[in-house]
Amino acid sequence: MPQLTHLDRLEAESLHIIREVAAECENPVMLYSVGKDSAVMLHLAMKAFYPSRPPFPLMHVDTTWKFREMIEFRDRKAAEMGMDLIVHINEDGMKEGVGPFSHGSAVHTDVMKTQSLKQALDKYKFTAAFGGARRDEEKSRAKERIFSFRSAEHRWDPKKQRPEPWNLYNTRINQGESIRVFPLSNWTELDIWQYIRREGIEIVPLYFAAERPVVNWNGVDIMVDDDRMPEELAKTAVMKSVRFRTLGCYPLTGAVESTAATLEEIIQEMLLTTTSERQGRVIDVDQSASMEKKKQEGYF
Amino acid sequence: MRLTDDLIATDIAAYLEKHENKSLLRFITCGSVDDGKSTLIGRLLYDSKMIFEDQLASLEADSKKVGTQGENIDFALLVDGLAAEREQGITIDVAYRFFATDKRKFIVADTPGHEQYTRNMATGASTADVAILMIDARKGILTQTRRHAFITTLLGIRRLVLAVNKMDLVGYDETVFNDIVDDFYTFADELATDLEVQPIPMSALAGINITSRSDETGWYEGPALMEYLENVPVGDRRRNAAFRMPVQWVNRPNLDFRGFSGQIASGTIRPGDKVKSMPSGKQSTIARIVTADGDLPEAIAGQSVTLTLADEIDASRGDALVAADDPAEVSDQFQVRILWMSEAPLLPGRRYLLKIGAKTVTATINAPKYGIDVNTLSDMPAKTLELNQIGVTTISIDQPIAFDPYDVNRNMGGFILIDRMSNDTVGLGLIDFALRRASNIHWQAMDVNRDALAEQKAQRPAVLWFTGLSGSGKSTIANALQKRLFALGKHTFNLDGDNVRHGLNRDLGFTDADRVENIRRVANVARLMSDAGLITLVSFISPFRSERQMARGLMADGEFIEIHVDTPLEVAETRDVKGLYKKARAGEIKNFTGISSPYEPPQNPELRIDTVDRSPEDAAEEILNYLRENGFLGA
Ligand SMILES: Nc1nc2c(ncn2[C@@H]2O[C@H](COP(=O)(O)OP(=O)(O)OP(=O)(O)O)[C@@H](O)[C@H]2O)c(=O)[nH]1
Ligand SMILES: [Mg+2]
Repeated sequence: MPQLTHLDRLEAESLHIIREVAAECENPVMLYSVGKDSAVMLHLAMKAFYPSRPPFPLMHVDTTWKFREMIEFRDRKAAEMGMDLIVHINEDGMKEGVGPFSHGSAVHTDVMKTQSLKQALDKYKFTAAFGGARRDEEKSRAKERIFSFRSAEHRWDPKKQRPEPWNLYNTRINQGESIRVFPLSNWTELDIWQYIRREGIEIVPLYFAAERPVVNWNGVDIMVDDDRMPEELAKTAVMKSVRFRTLGCYPLTGAVESTAATLEEIIQEMLLTTTSERQGRVIDVDQSASMEKKKQEGYF
Repeated sequence: MRLTDDLIATDIAAYLEKHENKSLLRFITCGSVDDGKSTLIGRLLYDSKMIFEDQLASLEADSKKVGTQGENIDFALLVDGLAAEREQGITIDVAYRFFATDKRKFIVADTPGHEQYTRNMATGASTADVAILMIDARKGILTQTRRHAFITTLLGIRRLVLAVNKMDLVGYDETVFNDIVDDFYTFADELATDLEVQPIPMSALAGINITSRSDETGWYEGPALMEYLENVPVGDRRRNAAFRMPVQWVNRPNLDFRGFSGQIASGTIRPGDKVKSMPSGKQSTIARIVTADGDLPEAIAGQSVTLTLADEIDASRGDALVAADDPAEVSDQFQVRILWMSEAPLLPGRRYLLKIGAKTVTATINAPKYGIDVNTLSDMPAKTLELNQIGVTTISIDQPIAFDPYDVNRNMGGFILIDRMSNDTVGLGLIDFALRRASNIHWQAMDVNRDALAEQKAQRPAVLWFTGLSGSGKSTIANALQKRLFALGKHTFNLDGDNVRHGLNRDLGFTDADRVENIRRVANVARLMSDAGLITLVSFISPFRSERQMARGLMADGEFIEIHVDTPLEVAETRDVKGLYKKARAGEIKNFTGISSPYEPPQNPELRIDTVDRSPEDAAEEILNYLRENGFLGA
């Protein structure tokens, strides 16, 4: 008798979640951040509705500081899959020239990511937004429901989460409120990699090691991706064999030295490493309850 | 565990091959406040090397700052991730954590011990295969321990680890452990008959009996916790049940394709299998099992698939596809158990939304029949249900749905209640049984139907259910009544405890389980007889309320007439026509109703007959009048 493996069970649960949103939510959107988790989430959405296409668009909140390879990949993928893609940029922030080098990571992330996301959700009146977050990423995420409610101001109230028994999701909201839905809640980083390998899912090449120009900024190696990096800093660039464990804004994404150029090598490196994935993400280390605080303020 | 496998470094491809096919176990920790649940999870993560250096560094810093263990590591901080939890040193909401060993992958939900957060505990428990019930060795079994044990079994968990924790604080004393385990068994007897309990003495803080058995408890011979978790069977009992799939989404990419998408709730399905769409009852055959990876020859419980059917039958979201030869029941009235999860108490009579499977309907909840006292597991009066209270009640919904009792199928019998104004999830419920069949659409439609059969006999069928103690006079009254009915030209049949027990039910004894089966068979026979248009007289002690309720549910509306032959025990015992009471008192007969087995008197019988100072003929006359007045005897 065939048995369901842990990956089979995770996949089936995610498909169920994605279909439930499509069936019950008025105006859903899938937030597509171009990273590996988004790649898996999109793959699952394609599976959930096959042979139809997912009945919702993709949306990318573009801070304008993403790696160039991410943007190319994003546009190509959306076209290949036949998915509608909404790209939202905070124009006010753009006008004011907000960026990580000039304003620092906190202001940049708040304006170009958090505020921008709220703008976009309000603009299109989305009632539900899929996100690729996993519970194993961070300790307050471990506490979050799969269907996570946001007030009209996009706030998360960790003390008022709805009970979520079995696989019965209450998707009802009042005017102005919205839901964040996390179909990958129960996946771990290793599950994601194993699944990418099993399913042959394409991911942005930045995940694989290659010789890239990097500089050391605030103690973290970051890649020189365009000429907006201050010249003083860009001058110090050296070529190193590096890869990225997560992808975001290039000035805020730490590179790790590595020679892992295949999926197997990445997984091997991951299993042997002794630091967590988020360490490369500059925004999380400010203070220990920071993710919870950001979420209460509306950061996804 | 994480780093023990040499293959990672030497042959990663081989490692992945091996680890892609691990099984998955979901478990929870539960129990009273501060008994060490979060500490245990922290410990498991730590011992299975799931903690990275940077996380460990911040754990050490946090432990010094807000921990409860002085300069030492406070493992609970690994799991208690909300700021409020860390400040107060308690768990408020469920944390889901993940770890893997060479054998298995685990999803663990750490649930809060505080009564106030019981609904969060229930959320964690609803998807678990195993529960670890933590007990502080110094405190023993507390109300909250009982509450959590009750909720886990209520939700269907049948494997429990009784983790007697903080053994370091009682000097690893064997008698402390044994006393707690004995205490628990006394209580657990009432919980569920098929509960499997594994007691383990441990210290979550010191890591005793967590990953391997420790010398501190040399007297303990059972498995270490990890050994148990790695080896406890995870066989999905849903696999062997009848096929069920709630239709979640109708997939229509073009006019030529119409698929029904959903997650299989139970059973197995193959192309060619006959299915029915419920509640309509329309039948068809599975044509294809469609997935993005190609069509499947077979799909099993737990998989999310898309099914196409050979015929164009109408099915939409919220309907259920079920095995044609073993369909789900359909009804719009149920007896249910509810766990109330809102600060605002249940308002009987108010309409709530009820979501079950992929269906949302409007439900009216009646006043609770009774609440359940988690300490004694006995009934207690309840007019409403308050936050975290559990009770039994009946509900009716605005349209019939397909369901299975929760104890048969979690996914077909579990529901949530939603407040229509606030949209909050206010309750969780389990269907026990239907109070009536909405319609018998999936039955073989007969040309000569029951109405025709009854009409032919110039009467309305009825099941007169006589219940009462042994020697109360059930059979005597039934016989007198049958004579009167016969004289009036009515068509009757008498089903008697003694005659059925010699034939149909001769394989059954007098244990509780046998009594239940006895009544189930008799009720079904009575049902067939009333389908044949007969007035059926059933005289059985039938001591349990729930079986009589079940019998009532089987019959068409108004056809079941419960007659309580209400003879007090002393009177029945003095009569002792068959000398049975004497034997029972002498201990020669086990499980004798009224003496060594309970009798649950009916709460609202159609008729209550006092036999102390009247003749059986009088009683028969009273029943006859009832039948006449209610139109059973024709014009
Ligand atoms: N001595 C000793 N202390 C323990 C042990 N396990 C837990 N503790 C301590 O007991 C206290 C409560 O532990 P927690 O893990 O937070 O308890 P909990 O059951 O998760 O509590 P709630 O989630 O709030 O219900 C902490 O101070 C722990 O360090 C043990 O085995 N031995
Ligand atoms: Mg805790």
